[in-house]
Amino acid sequence: MPDCAVILLDFTSQADIISTVEFNHTGELLATGDKGGRVVIFQREPESKNEPYSQGEYNVYSTFQSHEPEFDYLKSLEIEEKINKIKWLPQQNAAHSLLSTNDKTIKLWKITERDKRPEGYNLKDEEGKLKDLSTVTSLQVPVLKPMDLMVEVTPRRIFANGHTYHVNSISVNSDCETYMSADDLRINLWHLAITDRSFNIVDIKPANMEDLTEVITASEFHPHHCNLFVYSSSKGSLRLCDMRASALCDKHSKLYEEPEDPSNRSFFSEIISSVSDVKFSHSGRYMLTRDYLTVKVWDLNMETKPVETYQVHDYLRSKLCSLYENDCIFDKFECAWNGSDSVIMTGAYNNFFRMFDRNTKRDVTLEASRESSKPRAILKPRRVCVGGKRRKDDISVDSLDFTKKILHTAWHPTENIIAIAATNNLYIFQDKVNSEMH
Amino acid sequence: MPVETQEERGETASPVGEIQLLRWSLLSWEPLPLSGASLRSHDSWTCSLLVPECRLWDPVHVFLTPVVPQWPFYNLDTMFMRGLKRKCFDGEEDIEGTLAGIKAIPSYNLQRQSLLDMSLVKLQLCHMLVEPNLCRSVLIANTVRQIQEEMTQDGTWQMINMQNTGQASVDRLVSTDILCRSSREQAEGKHVPGYSTFSKDFEGDQAQDSSETMSTASSVQALRNLQSNVWEMENSQENKGNFQKSLDQIFETLENKSPNSVEDLFSEVDNSYYDLDTMLTGMMSNTKMGHCDGLEPFPSPTTTTSSSNCKSDLNELDHIVEILVES
Repeated sequence: MPDCAVILLDFTSQADIISTVEFNHTGELLATGDKGGRVVIFQREPESKNEPYSQGEYNVYSTFQSHEPEFDYLKSLEIEEKINKIKWLPQQNAAHSLLSTNDKTIKLWKITERDKRPEGYNLKDEEGKLKDLSTVTSLQVPVLKPMDLMVEVTPRRIFANGHTYHVNSISVNSDCETYMSADDLRINLWHLAITDRSFNIVDIKPANMEDLTEVITASEFHPHHCNLFVYSSSKGSLRLCDMRASALCDKHSKLYEEPEDPSNRSFFSEIISSVSDVKFSHSGRYMLTRDYLTVKVWDLNMETKPVETYQVHDYLRSKLCSLYENDCIFDKFECAWNGSDSVIMTGAYNNFFRMFDRNTKRDVTLEASRESSKPRAILKPRRVCVGGKRRKDDISVDSLDFTKKILHTAWHPTENIIAIAATNNLYIFQDKVNSEMH
Repeated sequence: MPVETQEERGETASPVGEIQLLRWSLLSWEPLPLSGASLRSHDSWTCSLLVPECRLWDPVHVFLTPVVPQWPFYNLDTMFMRGLKRKCFDGEEDIEGTLAGIKAIPSYNLQRQSLLDMSLVKLQLCHMLVEPNLCRSVLIANTVRQIQEEMTQDGTWQMINMQNTGQASVDRLVSTDILCRSSREQAEGKHVPGYSTFSKDFEGDQAQDSSETMSTASSVQALRNLQSNVWEMENSQENKGNFQKSLDQIFETLENKSPNSVEDLFSEVDNSYYDLDTMLTGMMSNTKMGHCDGLEPFPSPTTTTSSSNCKSDLNELDHIVEILVES
């Protein structure tokens, strides 16, 4: 059972709705982006022998304003500053780097620490003012003195004007030199060092916009093969593309699509089949997709159907019309693998999130709420009852709060630590019993 | 930061003046906590849920939440499921009683029709200050096309076109739950209206059904009685060609966001639309359908508006946005 380690942040304004959560490659840092264009980075405190119970708490490391609201004067439209995605670059030196993007512009930020300060300049005094040269009688070598840790964040690159439509995903290539950004109709390949040029590798825009029936919803590079990437569509299909095949990868190498179940067909079939997130497994062998009601595990070698399908909240199937009316049916939930690819996790409504163990086929529903998340309290599994027998503490489908949705979740790359974004609040849970992967 | 406009200073007489006053006073309010929406509680269902969130408009959103009347399609699933199972629930008799002239279980075609109306309205709600979500628009448009194709196959389309224009009734409560259920469930013996009953249904509903449901502004008809007769809706296009044109226009608008294209989209609609829009929030489209009830203190819009007035309103909108963005 996951154990609640700490609850962080509490805001009540719209601008503080968390819009993305991402661990870095070691899990030491956790970045969150919000609707107000800010990025907050948390750092895990090293375990100390003195206080073993507070091992590995995440504390605020740095906060910065990544994107500002802009106004597109040509179209008379506002460009939201909401951070859609954050992706960490693999660490290559003492500094950390991440990419953050809003609807239109991607920025590369460098995060550095400064804990020493040079003192003893010859020409400047302590405040930085120029010294009167007549008072300088001897030369000294400046020495580095320790100072309070200061975290500096600087924008190193700004990749602008690459997208006409809204950027929905970014993904860093395993070659650590390039990355791709995907909007509704196009995917661009960028070099991390070059901001005035990008290559279009996928373009599904029809010649006549009236013929538009499908958009790109998510995309990701393969974790090991730098030539492979996948993108998902609003019609529920996945396309694996090989960049070696051609410059423009409009022709997929593999198309992953499950035939529609004719007995389950309704007017909402297409909408609920739209894939909202796609994630490669750490092994690179599988893909995880999330559509409105299910999560599916696909084997890269099998295009005809997923190898595993898990129902997230099938009790909503009879409520699709109401969910269409209030737009909840368009909510984009994310999904996540654990470090060993044995457990998958995704969010749902009422601040519930679900975990599925692929080996034991067991699943659990947990709630991220203040009441159930006292420090060191163990999360209680929740149940949604559909009618019929109702146990104590069960929640009925009609009592679910559809404004409390968990869209963004992240799993630590190696340990059983998860970060859950519930509207304005960030929860971090740790599995105390099984800290190691199994 | 409130900015005094020419209108506020009394230098020009324009209905826009009062609109701007409204805007500034709204911005100084504290945002109220939004009530959680749940499927059980009818009271918290509001139209505002259809409004995409936008930072600039949040206070407006909050202000309008308590006064927005219920969307007629609320809680369809539960309502319909109860009726289907033929159980007696408290208050259920009232609902079934008001469905006079309509079967207790609305026909599949009626439900499909209301889904179509809902979808068309949703597509129009896209014209906000922020660029609309293309994925959502595409999915809704595909749903609309799907319904349209099915209706064409049914022959329903031609039948609707042949009818004369009728007055929509607010009593036209429809449930679209049957649309949510799979065809397998339908085959399992639940009530499935066959084609033999179709014409009977249709005749019965004719008086209440709106035949101009194909037009982009049709669903407003259903809300007429809820409002203070501010709008006069036209009985406009009824044929497939115009419907397709409307869809195309919507997509063109999505592609080229400009005041002109928005204007084109509504060129067939009575211009009193624009008055209400500028009155409410200066938004470019008929996003807030049922807000008239909450606007009693404000003067009713002038009955005659020209498109040039609309143009100047849109310029005012730009001006307002610039000020808001800078502040």
